[in-house]
Amino acid sequence: MIGKSRFAALVFGAVVALAVVPLVLPEYYVGLVARALILSILATSVSLMLGHLGLASVGHGVFFGIASYTVAIFTRHIADSTWLACLAALGVTTGAAAVFGLLTTRTKDIFFLMIMLAICQVFYGIAFSWRSITGGDDGLPGILTRHMAPWLNLSDTSAFYFFVLVIFLMTISGFWVLINSPFGLALRGIRDSESRMRALGFNVWLYKYLAFMASGFIGGISGVLNAYYDLTPNPVNFGVILSSTALLMVILGGPGTLAGPILGALVIVFLQDFVSGITDRWLMVLGTVYVLVVLLLPEGILGALNRMLRARPEPKQEG
Amino acid sequence: MEFWIIQALNALSFGMLLFLLCAGLSVIFGLMNILNLAHGSCYLLGAYAALSAIHATGNFLAGILAGVATAAVTGFFLQKFLLQRIYGKRLLQVLLTMGCMFIIGDISIIIWGADPMTLPKPAFLRGSLMIGSIIFPYYRLFVIGVGLFFGILLWFLQEKTKWGAILRASVDDEKMARAVGIKVPALFTVVFIIGTGLTGLSGVLGGPFIGVYPGVDLEVLLFAVVVIIVGGLGSMKGAFLGSLIVALLDNFGKALFPELAMFTIFAPMAIILALKPTGLWGKS
Repeated sequence: MIGKSRFAALVFGAVVALAVVPLVLPEYYVGLVARALILSILATSVSLMLGHLGLASVGHGVFFGIASYTVAIFTRHIADSTWLACLAALGVTTGAAAVFGLLTTRTKDIFFLMIMLAICQVFYGIAFSWRSITGGDDGLPGILTRHMAPWLNLSDTSAFYFFVLVIFLMTISGFWVLINSPFGLALRGIRDSESRMRALGFNVWLYKYLAFMASGFIGGISGVLNAYYDLTPNPVNFGVILSSTALLMVILGGPGTLAGPILGALVIVFLQDFVSGITDRWLMVLGTVYVLVVLLLPEGILGALNRMLRARPEPKQEG
Repeated sequence: MEFWIIQALNALSFGMLLFLLCAGLSVIFGLMNILNLAHGSCYLLGAYAALSAIHATGNFLAGILAGVATAAVTGFFLQKFLLQRIYGKRLLQVLLTMGCMFIIGDISIIIWGADPMTLPKPAFLRGSLMIGSIIFPYYRLFVIGVGLFFGILLWFLQEKTKWGAILRASVDDEKMARAVGIKVPALFTVVFIIGTGLTGLSGVLGGPFIGVYPGVDLEVLLFAVVVIIVGGLGSMKGAFLGSLIVALLDNFGKALFPELAMFTIFAPMAIILALKPTGLWGKS
C-alpha cells in the first residue's frame, strides 16, 4: 500500500491533470476525455459490485440506458427542465435498481451475471421495439441540447467538460467515502465470508441490496451525463457491448481499486478512437483486447504495476 | 381456435430449437462450470457455414454437416487453447468468451457481409401440412422431430449408458472421478465439442426461420440465458422444459403484444427467480 501523503499527492496530481485538459488538448480530445470520464463512472458502478461484493455484472448498461432515455422522455413529455429531468432520471434509475435488486441480490456468482445480462438485453429489446416511446433504433434525437438552462449554456466543449469533471469528482469522492465507511467494510466482509458476516449479526441481504441500489444510482449518473454528451439516447446505451466493456475497464485498470475503472475507461476510449481512425474493425480489436487482458493482464494495469514495483529490490521502509 | 393451435405449434418448434441451443450451454456449465458466452457465436457460425455449404452443393445435409463441424471445431479451439488456461477462474472465462463473441461476430461480417440472410429449406420439407383450416409447414414439424430425437438421445446417453455414468460421476465429484482413472480433461474437451456442435446444429435448423445476421449471436444468447435461468443450470430436464416455457411465452407475447414482447419473457423470469433463485429444476 502507498502512504497517505503519497495518495493525496497522486489524487491532487490527477485532479490538476484533468483540470488542465481543456487548456492543453485540442477540442476533439477534450470531448474524448469527457466521454472517458462518463464511462469511468459507469465502470465505477460495476466496480462497486465486483470489487467490493465479488459480483460481476455484464448488464450495468441497463442503468446507463434507463437514465439516458428517462432524461429525453421526461424532457419531451413532462417538463422541459434540465434539472427536473436529471432528478427524474436518477430517481427512475434508482427505482429500477430497487426492483432489479429484489431479483439479483438473492442470487450469486454466475446467476447474478446471467440475470443482469438478461435484464439488460430485455431492455435493449424494449428500446428497440417500443417505437412510439423510444424511437426504436433511431433513438430520440433532437430533444436534448447542452443549453441546459437560461443561465447555463454548455454548448462549448470545454464548458461541458468542466461540468462533467465536477460531477465526476463529486461521484468519485462520494464513492470513496462509501467504500471507506463501515458500510463499505461490511461489503468486503460479505465478499470474503458471507456466513461469518451473518453469524456476526449483519443483515447480509440488506447490505447487498443497498449496495446494488447505490451501484444503480452511480450508473444512472453516468447515463444522465451521457444523455447530454450524445444528445441522442439510443438502444446502444443498453447494449451488451457497452455493459461488458464497462466490466473490462474495471478488470483492465485493476479490480478493487479507485483509479482502476478510470484508467481502464481512458485506455479503452482512446484506443477506440485510435483504431476507428484506421479500420472499421473496432469490434475485432475490442474482442482481442478482452482476450489479451484475460491471458496477459488478469490483475489489471495497476496490479501489474504494483507487482513490478514490488519485484524491484527496495530498501524496506516503515509506515 | 386455429390461431391458438398454430401459435402453440410454432411455440413447440421454437422450443425444440431452443432446446438444441441450450443443451450444450447447460451441459458445459454443469460439467465444467464454464459459462460460455460465445455460445451464440456457435449458432451464428453454424448457420453461416451451412449457408455457404448449401450454396456450394445445393444439399441441405451438406449444410448440416458443415454447420455442425464449423461450430464444433470452433468450440474445440476455444476450449483447448484459451479456456483451459484459465480453468476455474469464472470472471476471466466470462470476459474471454465475451471477447471471442465480438471477434467471431466481426470476422463473420467480413466473410458473409452484414445483410440478414435466410437459409433455404431442404426440398423435401417445403410445403405445409393441412388439416382442415390449420396450415403448418413441414419444416417446423421436422424441427420438432429433431428436437425430440436429441432430447431423448441425450437423456438416454446421460442416464442409461456408461458414458453418461462417467459424465455424471465427473460432475458430482471431479476429484474422485480423476482418482478412479477417468480422464477428466479429455472428457471436458469432448463435451465441449458435443455441446458446441449441437449449438451449430441449432444454427442450421434455425436458419430457415430465425435467419442469420450480425447480432443474432447475442439474441440467441439471451434466449439461452433466460432458458437456463428459468429451467435451472446443469440439468437436461431444466433445459428441455425451460425451452418450452420460454418459447411459449415468447411466441404468444409476440403474437399478442408485438411492441412489448420482451416483457412477456422478463416478467415470468422475474417471478420464477423470486420464487426459486436457482431455476425451476436447477441444483442449488
